Amino acid sequence: MSEHRVMALFNDFDEAFHALAEIREHKVKGVDIDDVTLLSPIEHPEIEEVLGERPIHVQKFTFFGALFGVTFGFFFLAAAQASFLVQPQGGKPVIPLPSNFVLMYEMLIFFGVWTTVFAFFVLAGLGRKRDPMYSEKVNIDQVAVMLDVKPENLEPIKALFKKHKAQEIREEVVR
Amino acid sequence: MIQEKDINEQIEWAKINADVMRSLENPRMAYWVAVIICLLMISCAVVAEIYQYNVGMGVAGLNNPHMWDLYIATFVFWIGMSHSGTLLSAILHIIHADWRKPIYRFAEAMTTFSLMTAGLFPIIHLGRVWNLYWVLPYVSDRGIWPNFRSPLSWDAFAISTYLSASMVFLYIGMIPDLAICRDSARGWRKKLYTVLSLGWRGDDRQWRNFRKTYLLLACFLIPLAVSVHSIVSADFAMSIMPGWHVTAFPPYFVAGALYSGCAAIITLFVLLRYFFRFEEYMTLPIMEKTAKLTFAIAMVWTYLTLIEFASTWYGHNMYDKEVLIAKATGPYAWVFWTMLFCGSVVPFALAFKRLRRHMPTMFVVSLLLNLGMYFERWMIVAPTLSLAHEPHQWNVMWGSIVQWAIVFGSFGWFGLLFLIFVKVFPSVSMYEVKEMIFHRRHHKDLVEIMEEHEAAMHHRKGGDKPGLEGA
Repeated sequence: MSEHRVMALFNDFDEAFHALAEIREHKVKGVDIDDVTLLSPIEHPEIEEVLGERPIHVQKFTFFGALFGVTFGFFFLAAAQASFLVQPQGGKPVIPLPSNFVLMYEMLIFFGVWTTVFAFFVLAGLGRKRDPMYSEKVNIDQVAVMLDVKPENLEPIKALFKKHKAQEIREEVVR
Repeated sequence: MIQEKDINEQIEWAKINADVMRSLENPRMAYWVAVIICLLMISCAVVAEIYQYNVGMGVAGLNNPHMWDLYIATFVFWIGMSHSGTLLSAILHIIHADWRKPIYRFAEAMTTFSLMTAGLFPIIHLGRVWNLYWVLPYVSDRGIWPNFRSPLSWDAFAISTYLSASMVFLYIGMIPDLAICRDSARGWRKKLYTVLSLGWRGDDRQWRNFRKTYLLLACFLIPLAVSVHSIVSADFAMSIMPGWHVTAFPPYFVAGALYSGCAAIITLFVLLRYFFRFEEYMTLPIMEKTAKLTFAIAMVWTYLTLIEFASTWYGHNMYDKEVLIAKATGPYAWVFWTMLFCGSVVPFALAFKRLRRHMPTMFVVSLLLNLGMYFERWMIVAPTLSLAHEPHQWNVMWGSIVQWAIVFGSFGWFGLLFLIFVKVFPSVSMYEVKEMIFHRRHHKDLVEIMEEHEAAMHHRKGGDKPGLEGA
């Protein structure tokens, strides 16, 4: 069965919020809030709240990146220092911890930063081809609510958007 | 007293996009004059560097004991300059100080370009520039690694980490704006922004991950920025030279770095506001807040400077004390006292509201503050080398014309990179200014609702008695 993608553009953020709240309350049968994608010109945690808990995993990558950085830092420095025992150490330890801590600290941050960035690119889905339904108005001042619905739910969801003063409603058949 | 707003809350979002996009196309004539001045400054440095490269480091006046001079003082100055941008942006982001939003972008760019300028000086100072790669942590064909105990190798790690992290922080924070540029630009700009915006469309998944990523990067950058300048201070403090072996050096360097960075933010604030007609975004209340912050940091720097003098004086190390006395009374005395005047007295101008709101005054004051900070770095390097432990080495050095030309050119190099950046990329964060306006309006609506509610309650108490319905 074919499925339709619908996108409604709202001028008023409160109206978009109310439309999402009604979807959440299953005012349109067969449409779930988890199917909704919200597009907005600014970071909007207040409106995102109505979408419910959606997980973020970036920090896990950060943690393991930083852990790798500090561990790699220690072993890299220690291996370099221990492989050069012929160098006169003047009674100092071959692997000096106080000075190595400085470099381990830098490596913790270096790898932490780069794994965070890598995770962001992957988890945010950046670098993929943009949706043809994308509206440039979202980058100016409008909020868009986008979701895939079955044909029988198309009209009810459009009616819901119209009730909440959607400025524009776009649709396309996705499969 | 009614507090003046940081930004006009009624400004239309479409106008924000239009104003910032216009700044990419249509600056004032003064912008082009600044570009030409920077190019001329760079050409001075290029000529001097070619001469130094062909003839040898002797033309710079570097000798024993003056193996470090203006080049290293300037390196420390530019590293310091880089601090305020990213560090303040990160701190203010974490504490939700939203007045940072219209000005943080150019401050972060300043960080990146300061580091790129600072990075030139160790290369220039090497003389044998082709051996630059020796600072990298690699093993030579005889199995020899760099000495990881040396603060100079720490510098290589710290500065490269800071440069890459600052660039990433700047870039990640700019992605939503690059998407705005992509949607409204044409020609080569559209192609550039399309590639750099990575298909950003502003969906909730992207924003959620963006929010977390930006916060995490800010959390990394604060300790990183502090560590970088502490490590630069270790280049001096871990030696046993008189005047350098001071415990207070790391915090002293960090405070000095923040100070010069804040002063540079004020300089660039005034220039950008004029060049791109950003009066609606880089407002007087935001300038006031920046100036107050600079004043506070100036007082911290003054305190740490006095602590440094006091610990030398009461330490009773005759060599350290001699260097301190020579700074205040010897041939460098005019530099020393100018440093103290610019660093500790001039900032009192920032305590006056009328002066804080006068852009030409702020411009001059910010330049004087940075002059003081430059002299501070010079006074760290030169007097100690003039009065080292060996009396037969004692001499005074003022830096040759070659050194001064290269130092002068570095300001042009920084200026040119910065001016190109603000012409190609939005120097005001559009999406964050929108957020600032949205949240302030939203807050205002809530306050109005509360006030109406309170007024209704008051009217109810004073007028008719409450009924039982609500009981």
